[in-house]
Formats: sequence, structure tokens, C-alpha cells
Amino acid sequence: MTVPNVDRDVLDTLREVMEGDYPELLDTFLNDSEERLSNLRATKDADQLMSCAHSFKGSACNMGAVRLAELCQDLESNAKDKSPEALAQLVADIHSEFADVRPVYEDEKHHAHTH
Amino acid sequence: MQAQEPLTILIAEDSAADRLLLSTIVRRQGHQVLTAANGAEAVDTFQKQQPDLVLMDALMPVMDGFEAARQIKALAGEALVPIIFLTSLTESEALARCLEAGGDDFLAKPYNQVILAAKIKAMDRLRRLQATVLQQRDLIARHHDYLLNEQRVAKAVFDKVAHSGCLSAPNIRYLQSPYALFNGDLLLAAYTPAGDMHVMLGDFTGHGLPAAVGAMPLAEVFYGMTAKGYGLAETLREMNAKLKRILPVDMFCCATLLCLSFQSRSVEVWNGGMPDGYLHRMASGEHVPLPARHLPLGILSAQAFDDRTDVYPMAVDDRVFLLSDGVIDTCDANDQLFGVERLQQVFAANSEPDRLFEDIEQALRDFRGQARDDVSMVEVSLLESTQAHGAAPVYSDSGQSCPLDWSASFEFRGATLRRFNPLPFLLQLLLEVHGLRSQSGAMYSVLAELYSNALEHGVLGLDSSLKRDAAGFARYYEMRAARLEALQEGFVRVHLQVQPRGEGGRLVIRVEDSGKGFDVARVMQRPLDNVRLSGRGISLVRQLGHNASWSDQGRSASVEFFWEIEA
Repeated sequence: MTVPNVDRDVLDTLREVMEGDYPELLDTFLNDSEERLSNLRATKDADQLMSCAHSFKGSACNMGAVRLAELCQDLESNAKDKSPEALAQLVADIHSEFADVRPVYEDEKHHAHTH
Repeated sequence: MQAQEPLTILIAEDSAADRLLLSTIVRRQGHQVLTAANGAEAVDTFQKQQPDLVLMDALMPVMDGFEAARQIKALAGEALVPIIFLTSLTESEALARCLEAGGDDFLAKPYNQVILAAKIKAMDRLRRLQATVLQQRDLIARHHDYLLNEQRVAKAVFDKVAHSGCLSAPNIRYLQSPYALFNGDLLLAAYTPAGDMHVMLGDFTGHGLPAAVGAMPLAEVFYGMTAKGYGLAETLREMNAKLKRILPVDMFCCATLLCLSFQSRSVEVWNGGMPDGYLHRMASGEHVPLPARHLPLGILSAQAFDDRTDVYPMAVDDRVFLLSDGVIDTCDANDQLFGVERLQQVFAANSEPDRLFEDIEQALRDFRGQARDDVSMVEVSLLESTQAHGAAPVYSDSGQSCPLDWSASFEFRGATLRRFNPLPFLLQLLLEVHGLRSQSGAMYSVLAELYSNALEHGVLGLDSSLKRDAAGFARYYEMRAARLEALQEGFVRVHLQVQPRGEGGRLVIRVEDSGKGFDVARVMQRPLDNVRLSGRGISLVRQLGHNASWSDQGRSASVEFFWEIEA
């Protein structure tokens, strides 16, 4: 399976570091991300968008979701300057990027369990 | 890599996935992990569990990492609790904020466990270094307190020793820094049994406690021998021998000793290695220097030691001024010494003799800008002889074995007269008689007078009329030293007779010499007087003792003392 936008090396390292706790980490990340996505969609306040994007960027970065981290960085950096339309577009992009990578992490979880 | 001691590490991170990841990494590295999801929790956990190190996310809800870091640093106080900021912050301004809040390092996301381990290790090193520094600082502070306390105790002991004399006598003025003793300076003064006064200004080599320890035995010898009636020469010999025996070779004591004789209005001086003292003659305004003629105490062997003194006549308002080298060795900013010339300029400019110390201090301040703490100065004058009161000695024996009926005769001949001073020995013997103790001063004065008459005018044949003026005075003592040195024969006999008498008793002192005698009748015609530079001290003997009489053409003197039993 070709998966764009997720750094395979990061996943390998995480699997190695976390050992038996790897699935828990994946679950935590997915749940966390769902929560952050709903927070992003629920607000139009620039400060809240920035802060939420900052945290999301951090964990995306740690989990190897390279493109997701980039989109969050864009939102964090430009929340004050972009038009409401552009912001809505960016949040939508983040949403769809997460939808794209989510199966990768789900798959990792099953993969880990089968080992 | 060295195995690292496990630390307790607090992880403050709001993102659950990051927190889990970091906790796992840190725990795998062997440390104990505490977690917090925001700044307030982090501060709370820190307070309760005192972790060694904190990994702190910068942006967190409730309380951000900056504020939490500030509070934790404040709580930690002097101990170093390293804070590593976890950050995906990129702007330098935000990184600077982390440092301002007390952060010690950063860790960027994504986490790299090798870098994290290295950073934890580095921070742990710093933390330990700080702990060691604090520990050593506290240790040094404790040692310092301990030393200060020792010095305080030592000073209290030394003060008791050094100030048990009569420094508060009305004819002594002195100036010493409170810790002068720890600069090696020592000032002692005590009355002799005859009511004369011995004064010593000493300066030990070195500083601090080592310089002060030598003061104890020196003071003991000074007070002990002065109280027993020994003269400067015997006291000096004993001090020198004692210091020579106990001090290391590179330690010695410069000293000037004075014997102020209120009765004969003279001062006897021995100066070993001290700066010149001065005899200030008020009548002429001249300052006669009293220079060092000897090596300091504690250098020469007993055989080589020179106890020769100089004797100067003194008028009642004349003053002897002694000083430590702290005065003339004071340096200015260019390492120039204050020196003797500047001191003499101060003498010359001094208009009020009572303000001499103040003038000297002012000159030192003007010269240097600040006062040194090792300046010692002392100025002594004569007391009217009636003002001099020896402190009453304290006796501890019960008196049950007091000898009341005895007589003893001594004959001191030729070579013995040169160096041996029998007076302290004779006085000790007489003081076994309790009834005589209250008159010890008078008894000693009379004994001393009769003995020195017998020796100087009798055996040595010196003419007391020489002492009429200052030049003759000096000549007299030169001749005394020369004739004593050459003395081969002659004698002084002392007869003591103690008899019970009613409720008390009687002492008869008779002193004979081998000299030519004198015209008793002519001398006895002179009126009794207190003040004399010359004469045979006959007035003194007649005033202090009873039934004073001279026979055998003045070669034999007899005087009596009486006592009644006290209740």
C-alpha cells in the first residue's frame, strides 16, 4: 500500500520505542485528533484556532503525519491574516488530510496486534 | 556510556499522545515519570513530589508552560531543577520567552530519544554541579562561622589574660584595634610589689591565631614575674627563653618593655626589634628616641640573650610613647611608607599632647585614605607615687602552717650580685607570714631600696649625687653596668628576723654591705621628702618602715615592720 504524507521511518521508531504500548499510542493519537478536529470546526476565534493548531501540529509531527503537521503550521502561523473563507478551507483541508492518513494508523494498530 | 542514576522526571504536556510517547521514552531510559496535563497541574505535582527535572510543553491550557516554569523555579529556590521546554515553536521570540521564564534547554518535536537522553544527562550533570556548589558553599559558611566563633572564644580568653593587668591605670593611654591580638600585637601592664609599673608592647610575627598563641605564655611570664618582684632583666630573660623554647624558628616577638619607677622618677627601657619609642620631655619639648638595641624575643639562646636596659630620668608630666610598626609601615596607594619622618612631623605639629593619638590617626588617614586595623599605640606617664596602688594579691592557703618565730641570714657575694636578684625570693619567704601580707608593697619597697643602696652605693661605690641631671643619670647607669660586670668580690647580707609579739608579731630587716659606708648624721639631717633623683632612699625607708636606723658608719641598715592579728 502506498501511503503518501506519513513518514514510515517515524512509525518504525515509534513501534520500536513503544513496544507493547504502540497500539495505545495510536489510539490516543486518533482520539486526540478527533477531538482537536471538532474543536477546529467549532470556532472562528483566531487565538483558539492558533492554539489548537499548535498542539495538533505537535502530535502530528511526533506521529510522522508530515503533511498534516504542515497544514496545522500554516493555520497556526496565518490564523490572524487569512480571510474567514480561506480559514474554513484550511480547516477543511486538515480534516480531509486526517481522513487520508487515519487508515494508516488504523492499519498499524491491526498490524501490531497480529504480531 | 556511564550508567545514569535514575531521576524523577515531571512531564507536563497537554497532548495525550505526546505525553504517552514521552513518558514511555523517559521510563524506558530508566527514570521515574510523573505527568501533568497543564501548567497548574505541573506546579501542583512539583510541590508534592519534588521531581529532579521537568519536561515542559510551552503552550498548554489553564496555565501555560512559561508561567509554570516561573513558579517551579521560584519553588525550587537555590537548588537547580532543570526545565527542558518541549516545543515545536520556531520563532526566536518564543524561544527567548522560554529562557526568560527559566527554561534551561529545548527539545523539538518530533522527539528523538537519543537527543532526549543526552539532554537529560547533561542537565543532570548541571543539577549535580549546582548541588555540589551549594553544599560546598554551606560547608564554607559553616567553617567560617566555626572559625569566627573560635576566634571569639579565643579573644575572650586572650582578653582575660592580656587585660588582667593595669591597662586602665590613669597614667596609661592606649589605642588598639579590638582584634589587635590577632594581628600579633600585645599590650601588657602590671604593678610591681614596690608600686613601680611594668609595661610591655609586643608584636609577634605573623597574623591570626598563630600570632596570638605566643601571647599566652608571654603574658603569664610578664604578670607572674612582675607580681613576684622580678625586674625587667630577669623577666626578659625568662620570656626570651620561653619563646625560644616553644615557638617555631620563624616566629618571634618584637617587644619594648618599660619599668616606670614612680619613686625615683625614672624609666627603664628595653627595646628588641620594635620601632623607636619616644620619651617626650614636656619641659624642653624634645622627643628622645628609645631605639631598638636588641634582637626580638625568642631568637637568641639564653646564653647569648642581652638583657641590658637603658634608664632615663623622667619628670612627672613627661610621657613615653610606644607604637607598633603598623603605624610607620602604613602604605599609601603608591606603596610609599608613612615612615618615621612623617611621624616626627606629627609630633612637631601636635599642639595638645592629649590629642597625639588622634593626630597620628588623622595623619594616617590623610596619608592612606583609610585606617589600618593593626595600629597599636600606647603612652604612659608617671603617677605621683602616692597614686600607685598595686592590686592586692590573692592567697589561697589557710594560714595554719604560717611560720611565726624564725630568723634567716643570707650573704650574696661577688659574681652572684652581678645577675641574681634575690628580692623576689626574699619577698616570697616573708609572705609566708600572713600578718605581713597586707604590707607587702611597703615591705618590698623598703627591701628593694635597702638592697639597691647596699649594692650600688655600698658594694659598687657609686655616688648617688651623680643622678642630679639627665647626663649624670645616664653616666650613673653606665658606671653601674660596667662596675657590676667587673665585680669580683664584696657582699650584701640580708638578715630577716620574725618574732611573735603579743597578738601579732615583728619583722626586723637588716641589710649590710661591704662598702665604705656614709656620713649617717649628715644624711639624717635632711628633711623627709617624697621626691628625689639622688639620695639614699632614706626618706622612703623611714616613711614606710619603723625604727629605721643605720650603724657601722652606714654599712648596716635596720628597719622594722609590725602586725596585729586580724579577726
